[in-house]
Amino acid sequence: MNSPLPELFADTMPPVDYWSLRWTESEEQIIQVRQNVLEPTLRRLRSGAFITVLEGEGAGYGATCDLSREGLRTAALEAREWARASAPRALFEAQNLPRVDWRGVYTAARPWQSDVLADLIAALMETARKIKCHERIVDWQASVRLRHTRTVLCTSLGGKIEQEWTDLIPELVAVASNGVDTQRRSFGADCGRQGGLEQLEKLGFFSLPARIAEEALLLLEAPNCPAARIDLLLLPGQMILQLHESIGHPIELDRILGDERNYAGGSFVTLDMFGHYRYGSELLNVTFDPACPEQFASYAFDDEGSAAERQYLIRAGILERPLGGHASQTRARIAGVACTRAEHWHRPPIDRMGNLNIEPGMSPIEALVRGIEHGIMMDTNRSWSIDDQRNKFQFGCECGWVIKDGEVKGLVKNPNYRGTSATFWRNLRAVGDAGTWRVMGLSTCGKGEPNQTIHVGHAVPACVFRDVDVFSNA
Amino acid sequence: MHDPRGQFESVRAMAATLTRTDEVCLLNFLGEDSDFVRLSRGRMRQAGHVLHSELRVCLIRDRRQTQGACTLTHDPTHNRSRLEKLFSELRLQLDFVHDDPYLLYATAVCSTEDNRHFDLPDSEHALTEILAAADGLDLVGLWANGTLYRGFANSLGQTNWFSTGSFHLDSSCHVDNGQSVKLGYAGQAWQSEDLRRAVGRVREHLEVLYRPPKALAPGRYRAFLAPQALGEILGLAGWGGFSLKSLRTQHTPLIKLMRHEKALHPSVTLVEEHARGLNPQFTSSGFPKPHAVCLIESGRSVDCLADQRSAAEFGIALNAETETPMSLVMESGRLPMSSDLLEELETGLYISNLWYCNFSDRHDCRVTATTRFACFWVEGGTLQAPITTMRMDETLYHLLGDGLAGLTAERQLIIDPGTYEWRSTTSMLLSGALIDGLTFTM
Repeated sequence: MNSPLPELFADTMPPVDYWSLRWTESEEQIIQVRQNVLEPTLRRLRSGAFITVLEGEGAGYGATCDLSREGLRTAALEAREWARASAPRALFEAQNLPRVDWRGVYTAARPWQSDVLADLIAALMETARKIKCHERIVDWQASVRLRHTRTVLCTSLGGKIEQEWTDLIPELVAVASNGVDTQRRSFGADCGRQGGLEQLEKLGFFSLPARIAEEALLLLEAPNCPAARIDLLLLPGQMILQLHESIGHPIELDRILGDERNYAGGSFVTLDMFGHYRYGSELLNVTFDPACPEQFASYAFDDEGSAAERQYLIRAGILERPLGGHASQTRARIAGVACTRAEHWHRPPIDRMGNLNIEPGMSPIEALVRGIEHGIMMDTNRSWSIDDQRNKFQFGCECGWVIKDGEVKGLVKNPNYRGTSATFWRNLRAVGDAGTWRVMGLSTCGKGEPNQTIHVGHAVPACVFRDVDVFSNA
Repeated sequence: MHDPRGQFESVRAMAATLTRTDEVCLLNFLGEDSDFVRLSRGRMRQAGHVLHSELRVCLIRDRRQTQGACTLTHDPTHNRSRLEKLFSELRLQLDFVHDDPYLLYATAVCSTEDNRHFDLPDSEHALTEILAAADGLDLVGLWANGTLYRGFANSLGQTNWFSTGSFHLDSSCHVDNGQSVKLGYAGQAWQSEDLRRAVGRVREHLEVLYRPPKALAPGRYRAFLAPQALGEILGLAGWGGFSLKSLRTQHTPLIKLMRHEKALHPSVTLVEEHARGLNPQFTSSGFPKPHAVCLIESGRSVDCLADQRSAAEFGIALNAETETPMSLVMESGRLPMSSDLLEELETGLYISNLWYCNFSDRHDCRVTATTRFACFWVEGGTLQAPITTMRMDETLYHLLGDGLAGLTAERQLIIDPGTYEWRSTTSMLLSGALIDGLTFTM
């Protein structure tokens, strides 16, 4: 990694108590085939700098994509002005923000070459053709988004942290219609991960089109999901969403502190719960793991420079620590994790999930099914809604299967379920073993003011929940 | 000195020299110069400024096209270097890609200039007034203030320019029992009195919000959806609902409406009024937008939104930049607003805002969402108490169909406070809706 920016910046900076500059550069390539037609390929090159100034009790920022000396100096002066303006009205003193005087490097990059794009286009065309296996498949697409990101955080104390990674998001979609009903099956939008094109083979991307097309067609003829209070077996394609919405967001410390109440919302979790609150059954173990190989949000340092390490957030069902970075931890006087992250150069870092995982249990998938007398198995999220305290939720999936007397019986369509976070996880009855555990990731987690979308990693096993309100609205 | 128009002209000239004679080049310029100040507990949380500009390039040779984008600096040498790299990469990709059957761009040159008038306040001064007016309140939210720029140019000689500026306080005030009410003030010229009036209305609502919340059992209730709440539902319905592509692939959530199997109430008319909106009147492929597109008239489906690709694929005229409404206007109804409306409601729920709308049955446009911000139980035509959070689950065909008791005569302009990547330019002009039998499930 070789960025001249820190050196360029240092001598343009006006005198202040402390400054940091986070430079971010990304190259993104999107290739998408829809209905056997290659959509316009998209290549996006973005770079900019986020300058933070701490002066007295105030903090301010200036973000700019003008990386000329004059552009950086202007942004630094803007940051200083805002630091001075905010000082008498700041929510907390600037002393609570980290001041980085250490150095570090993280690299997980597998840059791709332009000349592989011709092969990738050909592979996606062939994959798309396989999805269109029947006249009832009315829409279909295959796509890959590749991204290479580099960041350098440098500070007035000589701190310098350089990080670099590549990641990708593959996606397959099949939409089937019989003129009366329309059903959709998809793969990949929840499978973002670090790495290069080799990840497509690892994910089985090229072997999946026939299966998703077949399942979309079968769903057209399937009965609707029955309405009942029964056991629910969630496969990883839905567990990722259940974890994200009803554990991840509620334990974000900035939400608990109230900063998100106007947009993303608050939380039913309160500061006094950490250390003793029973979030789930004894089978529930949740970790923050920034070092999980190939996971979407692996890194060595967060965007404020705090060193990241694996921590239990929920152990044997008991809530231990929140998702909160240095500033939130200092405000709340509670230990958290290094998870303060920004979408790109133009947004300030805030508390984020990073890699948030459920540890695998002991039960193979056969045992999970065998343990259910009457239940439903669901996979792949298609609808999500949860209240602003992250408690009352209603989720829907692309497909479900009836389980009767310990056996998977038949496919059902339009499955939904609802519950409340505060009680749902206490009904966790069984956790799948490592054979059911999948490393997944989402690129669309929205939060913050100004708004930010960020990528988060989730590794999850299949899980069984007792006594869930399951239904179809169709 | 920040000069977005000069920056655009500079990169347009550079692109002209980089475009070969056998190529066509389309450029789209996006610029923003905004202050963002986050507020929490009536104090400043994160305060700063963002200067952002990006050039999007579509390079076309014969029937092939590739697209790219790069951020811009104010140094012409840097920009030249970036554009050369981008053009080089796009040109390389033109060798790989296929002929695009849906390639479509404007060839009739139609240049325009649209600079909207605005008189923005100094952010620090405005925040001083806001925090003083909201003294004693637990205020949370975002102050955004600045200018937005959009430009289009092509190698055929067309140039379009659009600039606008606005401020937007999107915030809420919270009380200890978990209740809250929105405090919003947006515009293009600051009026202190407008802010004081908005804060005054919030303080009136807070008097009711301090009362013990009422917990309601699941069931069906007569309810009034304020324009903001109705906007959440129409925003979701518009997520593919009015899209030509979604219709032709039978995936639109409004498929029953579009096939005329179902209708909405005859009082429902929805129009995408491009000319009224906050967006440029040209598309990213250089076409002028039509004045308006009627989507629903007297409860029946009329037209869809067709973007550039759909227009080419399905052989009809382009009528939108995207197939999601960005300037949706509802024809007003006859119901009164304010206290007379509560008398019309008589007993039921007054819902100011909904949150996290999503489909619980897409095929029937059935929507679920939870209540949020200043939702009240009403009895005898007066606000009685705030309610605890409820989850609604209802089809649009009931909400704006057989369950619709009326729409308000007064409409509210709802400016999207969204700031994902750029400040949003989406808006809606909506009535409130009185509904008989709105279903709540938990």
